[in-house]
Amino acid sequence: MIRYTLRRLVFAAPVLLAISLVVFLLLDLAPGDPMAQLPLSIPPEVKAEMRRVLGLDAPLPVRFGKWAWQFYVIEPATWIDRALGTALTEDRPRMISWQTRAPVMDLIAQRLPQTLWVVGLAYVVGILLAVPLGLWSAYRQYSAFDQLGGAVSIIGFAVPPFFSGVLLILLFSVHLGWLPSSYDTTLRVTGWDSLLAQMRQMAMPVAVLSLQTTALISRYMRAAALDVLGQDHVRAARARGSNERRVLMRHVARNAMLPVVSVIALGLPQVFAGAIVTEQIFRVNGVGHLLITSIQAGDLPTVQTITVLLAVFIVLANLAADLIYAALDPRIRYA
Amino acid sequence: MRRPFALCAGVALLTLIVLAVLAGPLLWSVPPERMDLAARNAGASLAHPLGTDQLGRDLLARLMAGGRISLAVGGAAMLAAVALGTVIGVVAGMVRWLDGPLMRLTDLFLSLPLLPLALIAVTLFRAPLAAALGPEAGLFALIVGVIAATSWMQTARVLRGEVLALMARSFIAAARSAGTPPLALATRHILPNVASAIAVSATLAVAGAIITESTLSFLGVGFPPDFPSWGRLLADGTAYLGDRPGRALWPGALISLTVLAVAYIGDALRDRSDPRGPR
Repeated sequence: MIRYTLRRLVFAAPVLLAISLVVFLLLDLAPGDPMAQLPLSIPPEVKAEMRRVLGLDAPLPVRFGKWAWQFYVIEPATWIDRALGTALTEDRPRMISWQTRAPVMDLIAQRLPQTLWVVGLAYVVGILLAVPLGLWSAYRQYSAFDQLGGAVSIIGFAVPPFFSGVLLILLFSVHLGWLPSSYDTTLRVTGWDSLLAQMRQMAMPVAVLSLQTTALISRYMRAAALDVLGQDHVRAARARGSNERRVLMRHVARNAMLPVVSVIALGLPQVFAGAIVTEQIFRVNGVGHLLITSIQAGDLPTVQTITVLLAVFIVLANLAADLIYAALDPRIRYA
Repeated sequence: MRRPFALCAGVALLTLIVLAVLAGPLLWSVPPERMDLAARNAGASLAHPLGTDQLGRDLLARLMAGGRISLAVGGAAMLAAVALGTVIGVVAGMVRWLDGPLMRLTDLFLSLPLLPLALIAVTLFRAPLAAALGPEAGLFALIVGVIAATSWMQTARVLRGEVLALMARSFIAAARSAGTPPLALATRHILPNVASAIAVSATLAVAGAIITESTLSFLGVGFPPDFPSWGRLLADGTAYLGDRPGRALWPGALISLTVLAVAYIGDALRDRSDPRGPR
């Protein structure tokens, strides 16, 4: 297992660098210029000198190397400094947002809790719904319940988050007036009342995102459970006289979860992409909202950092999927 | 469970939507950009069956115009993505030394944060392409290109698997020993045998392209309000959800129905082509 883990980690590093390079190159073509806001009275030769001193005219590999060093070494090190009180990065420049002139990582850190709460809760709810739904759909294949599960998954596919969110707002905020249509980030949970308010404002964003998750994962769970249900060990368990509950929970569910666990790990980045849309609808000022406003303002350092962070996250999710699968199923490790 | 009606229902629904969008203006000839300032934010009436927007533009006419854009983007992006995916998948399956590099490229694209990159690409290249091709054609080409560049990977993977399986069959060996050049082998023997896989990928690609375009437009980086797609109409309508819910519901329902119809067609095609029976 340790050898397998090391091999996977070694493979992940070049992938990470390649993805970072793709994002870097795409943004390198951008028309935005960090010198654009300087006064026009500065003579061109002084401007050229400033560009040289800032390293803006350096060749591409040098700029990418410096950026990668800053992103993967300096910025994480500032967090270690802050947590442990060390001075690894004293006086080192940080990546600065063009829009707010604050370090990009600090901006993201301010926005991350909202996103994590909404996305995390939606994912947990989605999985808790999807696994029993898929299992029972497979157990009672072609029943009314299975048809209903199929309908839910096709709705999750055909009704994208920006429309399901609008439908929920129309029903629960406009007509019924039960839930607020926008998310109040200044709310602090201090007692039962504020906890209730927090739950009410999270209900719709979580519902929108978990519909997508449920739709996807319940189909995988159903297909996996159908495969397992047809296998000999299930027939053998029934022949031994195990009751159906035990067959379903111990023999079918546990084996069917194997491929589903890696689908769950792989699907997490996709939920973050869905969160970009959901945050826009419900006015949650999370990371996705920061990305959209930064794109509109042409704030390239922030856009670049968020995009690469998402890429890092995808690579880590891939890695986690591989490792979890190998830990659960020894056949993978030795194959 | 075979669903013989799924293909018919999907085709019928899609035909209905395409007909309404293409032939609709013959029956309802109000130009989508004409402003009726006396009837701003109007409800349903004989003059405007679905009401008007905040500038008095007729919603029915704008839905037809928007549908033409959304469906055109869906179709064009599907053609580009499937063509790219087919070439990469078939080459990876046929040429052994290119298989590794091409599949690593596919994996790399699958690991990219696609929605943020699509947002960035559309924002960055909007102005240069608009200058080169004109504002509308430039934006159309850009959005189609961005969607195609971010959605060819599934087609490539599926086709590589199918082609690898075909290459081991004896009729391919026979064709090769008869001296068939690789290009003829691909067009004469490989492509006809993977046609059903391509068709299933194509339906998935159409549905995905329509959703991606709507997402871009909803987030404000797609088509502008004077050249609106369904996604843009939906985004504009959400501001008036309280008193004119129809402005958001109609375009949203049309997006969902189109995706649903295409998904049903894809499902039915897969059921037909999969000898193991429907899943």
